[in-house]
Amino acid sequence: MIGAFRTPSGGRIDRARPLRFSFDGRVHHGAAGDTLASALLANGVHLVGRSFKYHRRRGILGAAAEEPNALVTVTRDAARSTPNLRATQVELFQGLRADSQNRWPSLDHDASAVANLLAPLLPAGFYYKTFKFPAWAWRRLYEPAIRAAAGLGRAPAHPDPDRYAQRYAHCDVLVVGAGPAGLAAATLAAESGARVILCDEQAEMGGSLLAESAATIDGRPAQGWLAATLAALARHPRVTLLARTTAFGCFAGNMVALDERVTDHLAAPTPGLPRQRLWLVRARQVVVAAGALERPLVFPHNDRPGIMLADAARTYLMRYGVRVGRRAVVATAHDSAYDAALALHAAGVAIAAIADQRPTPGAAAERVRAAGIAVRSGCVVATTGGRQRVAWAGLMPAGGGATEPVPCDTLLICGGWTPSVHLVSQARGALRFAPETQAFVPDRPVPGQHPAGACRGVFGLAAALADGAAAGEAASRATGHGGARPWRGAVSGDTAWTGGGAPGLAPGVGAGRAFVDFQNDVTAKDVQLATREGFRAIEHVKRYTTAGMATDQGKTANLNTLGIAAAALARPMAEVGLTTFRMPYTPVPFGSLAGAARGDLLDPVRRTPLHDRAAALGAVFEDVGQWRRARFFPRSGEDMAAAVARECRAVRTGAGLFDASTLGKIEVAGPDAARFLDRFYASAVAALPTGRCRYAVLCREDGFIMDDGIIARLAADRFHVTTTTGGAARVLAMMEDYLQTEWPELEAWVTSVTEQWAVLAVQGPRARAVLAPLVDGVDLGTFVHMRMAEGRVAGAPARLMRVSFTGETGFEVNVPADFGPAVWDATLAAGQAHGLTPYGTEAMHVLRAEKGYIVVGQDTDGTVTPDDAGLGWTVGRAKADFVGRRSLARAAMAAPGRRQLVGLLTEDGMRTLEEGAQLVADPHEGPPMRVLGHVSSAYHSATLGHPIALALLTDGRARTGERLFVAMPEGAVPVRVTSPVFYDPEGARLHG
Amino acid sequence: MLLIDCPYCGPRPEIEFTYGGEAHRARPADPAALSDEEWAGYLYLRRNPKGRHAERWRHAHGCGRFFNALRDTVSDAFLATYRVNETPPPPTIGPEAAA
Amino acid sequence: MAELLRTLPLADFAPLTGRPVRLVAAAPAARFVLRARGPAAAAAAPALGTPLPAIACRAAVAGELAALWLGPDEWLLLAPAAAGAALHARLVAALGGMAHALTDIGHRQGAMLLSGPAATATLNAGCPLDFDPEAFPVGMCTRTVLARAEVVLWRTGAEAFRIEAGRSFLPYVWRFLEEAATASAAA
Repeated sequence: MIGAFRTPSGGRIDRARPLRFSFDGRVHHGAAGDTLASALLANGVHLVGRSFKYHRRRGILGAAAEEPNALVTVTRDAARSTPNLRATQVELFQGLRADSQNRWPSLDHDASAVANLLAPLLPAGFYYKTFKFPAWAWRRLYEPAIRAAAGLGRAPAHPDPDRYAQRYAHCDVLVVGAGPAGLAAATLAAESGARVILCDEQAEMGGSLLAESAATIDGRPAQGWLAATLAALARHPRVTLLARTTAFGCFAGNMVALDERVTDHLAAPTPGLPRQRLWLVRARQVVVAAGALERPLVFPHNDRPGIMLADAARTYLMRYGVRVGRRAVVATAHDSAYDAALALHAAGVAIAAIADQRPTPGAAAERVRAAGIAVRSGCVVATTGGRQRVAWAGLMPAGGGATEPVPCDTLLICGGWTPSVHLVSQARGALRFAPETQAFVPDRPVPGQHPAGACRGVFGLAAALADGAAAGEAASRATGHGGARPWRGAVSGDTAWTGGGAPGLAPGVGAGRAFVDFQNDVTAKDVQLATREGFRAIEHVKRYTTAGMATDQGKTANLNTLGIAAAALARPMAEVGLTTFRMPYTPVPFGSLAGAARGDLLDPVRRTPLHDRAAALGAVFEDVGQWRRARFFPRSGEDMAAAVARECRAVRTGAGLFDASTLGKIEVAGPDAARFLDRFYASAVAALPTGRCRYAVLCREDGFIMDDGIIARLAADRFHVTTTTGGAARVLAMMEDYLQTEWPELEAWVTSVTEQWAVLAVQGPRARAVLAPLVDGVDLGTFVHMRMAEGRVAGAPARLMRVSFTGETGFEVNVPADFGPAVWDATLAAGQAHGLTPYGTEAMHVLRAEKGYIVVGQDTDGTVTPDDAGLGWTVGRAKADFVGRRSLARAAMAAPGRRQLVGLLTEDGMRTLEEGAQLVADPHEGPPMRVLGHVSSAYHSATLGHPIALALLTDGRARTGERLFVAMPEGAVPVRVTSPVFYDPEGARLHG
Repeated sequence: MLLIDCPYCGPRPEIEFTYGGEAHRARPADPAALSDEEWAGYLYLRRNPKGRHAERWRHAHGCGRFFNALRDTVSDAFLATYRVNETPPPPTIGPEAAA
Repeated sequence: MAELLRTLPLADFAPLTGRPVRLVAAAPAARFVLRARGPAAAAAAPALGTPLPAIACRAAVAGELAALWLGPDEWLLLAPAAAGAALHARLVAALGGMAHALTDIGHRQGAMLLSGPAATATLNAGCPLDFDPEAFPVGMCTRTVLARAEVVLWRTGAEAFRIEAGRSFLPYVWRFLEEAATASAAA
């Protein structure tokens, strides 16, 4: 029922809980505890995919994260479809639907398999060499065709409906990997009282212990010890256990990123639960017990279904109760494959032969011979045969000779073990090549990091436990915890490995169709070709051949690639070196990285206290930084142009109401407040009387305009300062900088009050009439332009200012934010008789441009001085010093040739210019044309009946009256240079 | 993510801080007395060393204070942090610490 | 004149109740930022009923008043809305003639109260601080970041926090915590 290749008993699966699943539409059954891979193998399914480039049939190679071939798409519904999952990491659940990838029309009959026949024409880098001409065809023809032919699974087209979570966490000791070394480390750290997080990428913790049968620890069978150890850890209040959680990247300060798969294994995920959770763990110490990955052997046709890593086959048997075949040949360069051979032999799998490429195999060979299995030393696989699955292995003496085909349905291979040093390398830990294990292992320890067990080349159960215990002890001691009991954990029945393994091509075999990187279809021949073509650095070999790229990052490939490249270059492996260990260790969904930051949580949307009032009036909003501001208030049938024209007319002829709450506001207080502002702003502030306002420009030390605003004096030692909407935070930070670090002797403090006040601007010739009935405590009769006073407006405590950004009589009413809506309502009601009209940011821009009022950042660009902008009059030249003064005194700042603010009028009086368009004197001048400046603001002025524009123009003021040209998409548009003040140049209306 | 030891608040995550450029560059008391070259030097020239570097940081999303830090520009490691009015202390970590 | 209508920024958000996370809007409060050094800071004590906390990131409480250390010369003073004017008057009297800056920010920010066994897990969805009782004990307060917003956190109980945020950031902070609470509830 749960698979014809299942053993009658044994393993960690629950035979009482069969699970139905489908693969490529065909229904099979597995058991609870299965992975998709183990369930497929239990059903005799080995062919699971087509390779990336040649579309060769591929089977399951490994049993865990290292799997390069068995990539599947798991689909729950149209939006929940995840490509490129390793079948070895997909936990089986009832109703799971999986499909193979990169094949059409079916896995058995793939039309693109013709690529395999053409393989001699498709070596590494073939596309660079073959598809060179014509040049245009690469982008339009060749690349799309190649991309369509190669590839992995398809991303779903729908938005991801699942929830993803993120969590920062802290611990004394983070243990990565819950195999023997990790469990020992976590146990000691927990017992020392340290805060511990133990994570493991698999569904069950235990690592190699999950497939252990012979050994005992502390006198108990290994699996019993595992259960007891995990139970003890779970009882510790300061221990967090995270299964299904991959530590995929290590960052500065021992910040380790973990990806926890929360619901992927559930048939019916609990609503609300995140699908995955990204943990950002700040660990004081990290024990890396990430284990090691078994490496394939490289020989021709080493990629047929049925060819599998030896220890993976043992894992399928011991952990999942699956015999991966009936008759196996074992090819190895390492002792560990003998354990696999013995285990499979004991389970009834015929072992046809063991081919050990070493001339003198280790002691393990004797145990195998005693079991009656033939061992051929100094023997390699030269080639294999079989169509849907391997049918025979051609055994040959190492170095060359006659090939003897040995029939089999399974070929188990082991080229040695590659320690998983990813996290060590990402933490900038140095690696060294250890000849005795033929592996790169951590060299000098990184501060705060403790590699332990197989990931640092310590193999064998007893050794790994002891190594992990020592790492756990050292890590907890480093966090101020210690005094744990000494490690007990006597191991018996452990089989010792004497090692072996030699990365690279098996001795004496051919390089063609000898796959090094299964996922990227790279052969030994490709690597050799790359070195012949001059690629000597391993990073270049990687990029040219694509070995070690993509989702796999060369887990099974990198060492063999290096071995082949080193042999071809006749240099030692240690010298050629490794490629970078990129994160993530295994793919992480974009959803996990984004977390909650989507939809309304992508970024804060800041709404003003008056937002709902504007929305109720049908306002159309625009985003200004994080702020959402009312742009215009269309009435029925109006487009933006009509609405803005009406709003402008209302302000010029009656009164308008504008939400100016986003303006930055800073309260500056203290005995030295005036002295500070005088030094800080370019404008003179010290002598400003209480109750008065002043327009002020702020320069950076380089003399260029940084911000502008109104400074209002509330009292001798208190000012209300406004900034631009976008400059609020910047100006506040700059004030703090000068107060804290340059002028610490000044007793003045700055506090942001941007959000304390809702600001209602009432502007227009009837503005005073609108406000008069609402204002208490301020005599509006004597309240002339640039005055400020505190009083009450519509019952709310208010800071009232007589200022104007429109050129009309203007008031800005500041009331505490929560009162804003009520004051808005009262003002609109009071204004009804006067035609008070709400207007938005678009009308505000038109109105200010008609007056030549600049917007910092739009009409300035960081190279504009106050004088350039026509604001030389605001600069307090009598002051001994202010920020930017020394730079403004440079001769160059007053030299001819500076760009100055001017107005532009188009000759036809029709066309509104485009902001950013360039100004030239002669549109027929050949390239490079001399650019004289650019348009910074351009609007249609309903008041004037024609378009207006502001521009920054070289020697602009001296060019008043000149005819120039603006480069527009339809051609050069002739313009006339004018004053930037288009409306009421005398400013009489301000004082109405 | 770096962990930065604010001299007021203790170790805090990098995202609470803003960088403030090279430290110990006081604004001249009388800028008008400087030549253009000297002023340009104050404005624009920085040491940009490889290795140990004194720099300004601000605990912007914390106590708001500017402070100084010794940082190794090769390893990114913070060797020490100290308040604005303090002289640089000997590094508390790194190769120089043991000496 | 009729009493002025006050529009509270979190009025539209229904409280999150029940275990393991509870989130409710705090009542409107009076708030002041007090900036002062040495003697002036000491002189505020009688007006507050407690000395200003001198230890970094700690709050002092006197009845319904609280003073939160935000920086070495910066405190956030909290009081019930109705007590604000009197507190302000007392402070002005106590600090008269001494260098300081006292600024009303009662409407600048708002607050919400987060509590329950999963409160720290919820905060840790966007805040990188360590909320272990040893690292962040009851009575600790600090400005920090929560996802993309700046907030002031004050731990008022083993499983209870007051979260102050700028007025326009309150809906974002609320929605973020709501989302985080859902995701962390079952963790």
